[in-house]
Amino acid sequence: MHKPSISRKLFVVFNTLLLTAITLLGIIPFIHLLSISLSSNTAAMAGEVKLWPVGFSLDAYQYLGEKVEFFRSLWVSVQRVVLGTAVNMLLVFITAFPLAKSNHQFKFRTPYVWFFAITMFFGGGLIPTYIIVKDTGIIDSIWALVLPGALNVWNMVLMLNFFRSIPRELDEAAIIDGAGHWRVLWQIYLPVSLPSIATIGLFTIVGHWNSWFDGILYLNSPEKYPLQTYLSTLIMSINAQMSSMSIEQLKVMDNLSEKTLRNAQIFMGALPIMLVYPFLQKYFVKGMTVGSVKE
Amino acid sequence: MRTLKKEYVLHLMLLPGVIATLIYAYGPMAGLVMAFQQFEPLSGFFKSEFVGFDNFRYVFALPDFGQVLWNTIIIAIFKMILFLLVPLILALLLNEVTRKWFSGFIQSAIFLPFFLSWTVLGGVVIELFSLSGPVNGLLTEIGFQPIMFMLDNDWFRGIVIGSDVWKGMGYNMIVMLAAIVGINATLYEAAEVDGAGKWKQVMHITLPGISPILILLGVLSLGGILNAGFEQILIMYNPTVYEGADIIDTFVYRLGMFSQQFGPAAAIGLFKSVISLGLVSITYYAAYKLNNYRIF
Repeated sequence: MHKPSISRKLFVVFNTLLLTAITLLGIIPFIHLLSISLSSNTAAMAGEVKLWPVGFSLDAYQYLGEKVEFFRSLWVSVQRVVLGTAVNMLLVFITAFPLAKSNHQFKFRTPYVWFFAITMFFGGGLIPTYIIVKDTGIIDSIWALVLPGALNVWNMVLMLNFFRSIPRELDEAAIIDGAGHWRVLWQIYLPVSLPSIATIGLFTIVGHWNSWFDGILYLNSPEKYPLQTYLSTLIMSINAQMSSMSIEQLKVMDNLSEKTLRNAQIFMGALPIMLVYPFLQKYFVKGMTVGSVKE
Repeated sequence: MRTLKKEYVLHLMLLPGVIATLIYAYGPMAGLVMAFQQFEPLSGFFKSEFVGFDNFRYVFALPDFGQVLWNTIIIAIFKMILFLLVPLILALLLNEVTRKWFSGFIQSAIFLPFFLSWTVLGGVVIELFSLSGPVNGLLTEIGFQPIMFMLDNDWFRGIVIGSDVWKGMGYNMIVMLAAIVGINATLYEAAEVDGAGKWKQVMHITLPGISPILILLGVLSLGGILNAGFEQILIMYNPTVYEGADIIDTFVYRLGMFSQQFGPAAAIGLFKSVISLGLVSITYYAAYKLNNYRIF
């Protein structure tokens, strides 16, 4: 290695600065969000808060502790994540297993694969889907958030590809020893595919936690809203008010709204993801590179 | 008969998935007949009157439709280009960072918004660009008038595109970075011996080395040309900016759910699905030809 030239040194400095700036762009909005939620409402409303809380106050979080809607929707979210992830993972697992067999082992594999694959490329769209969900009678219940997406075909394909990397000899030996398909699935495939299950499980958990639009669409009663749907109503109601106001009115409205409380709630909506983020990132990167870069 | 006996367990395993898919994926596809009906919710698909292509004629004649289609395409195209360009530049720059902890830290920060929902990010963006928000604070400090970003059609479109790139760029960046790392290191050593500088190495080794993945990402994104970001726009927009930010999906949502015009809304949805399906088929075929890419 020779000594770096001047231009190289300049590049490194420039590069470091630029990337630092972009990094800040990724983090600062969330620091700002947190700072607002920790400021006094007057300072937040006057727009004085930048990166550091002004007039530090935990009032917003104290209010939040008494806010029924917030905890109710948080509980719905927890139920949704648990129920939804269980259903999704079970279906992904038992559907991918037969489809990972070769045509020789499972004669009807190809038609089944097409049956599922078509749904990845063509769908009925918003309105017909809504009508079907309504016709199946699950509207306004938690099942409306779980059943329409019960089988995620993309995740099933990921699982299927993983199953195919398991050596054939493993299940052939088990079958010779007299094991049935279910036994092979639970006692051989399940233990060896735990890393894959963890990856897809995280995708699924994050997906359920973050979904909000299906709640707006399929739930009529706000007390059944999961957290993200509840948050979306907070945000969309500001938008709706905003559009019909003059600058003066906007300023007044800013003053009336509980800005710190709103930001505290949004921050709490992001917090669980931020906490598990280090694990998430590792698994997602693995899952992505498996799923997208393929030879 | 013997195969059936041996394989019936496998069919049984597929049963729940098949039922769910039949109802909630194929059901709505069948439900698309309503695009050709004067759909009455009380009569359902079977008893509503068929009106041929009337719904399509009605929709295409709507004064807003042209604008909505244009908004969709323009927003999607900008997003597509930036989703290739920005992550590519970031990946190239990041690849030059030698300290591993620094590189890891940058990656984490850039990737973070990807994991958060549009409710959280929409709330953040609205707060940042609000009248009393920090962006306007900065503007007034350096002597500009505050701008009502969220109420201005041109600014709003820019914010939609910019914030989506901000949310999603980490993903493509990491895919590209993985491709860059996969390039054979001896190529660089050979180039260095031949006297090629960093710039030349990037132009002649790195870029050609990752061009298959670039083409693949570009081609695959073409399939989404009518997806300009439904959830994002729905949470961020307001009636003032419908003119510049109303896209097919938000238009269908309002037409169907608020105006109860189920037939016309389904007609636009079908129009969109057919075009998307066509594009997806073409791009998958192209991706297969160019890069041997297949999902199964």
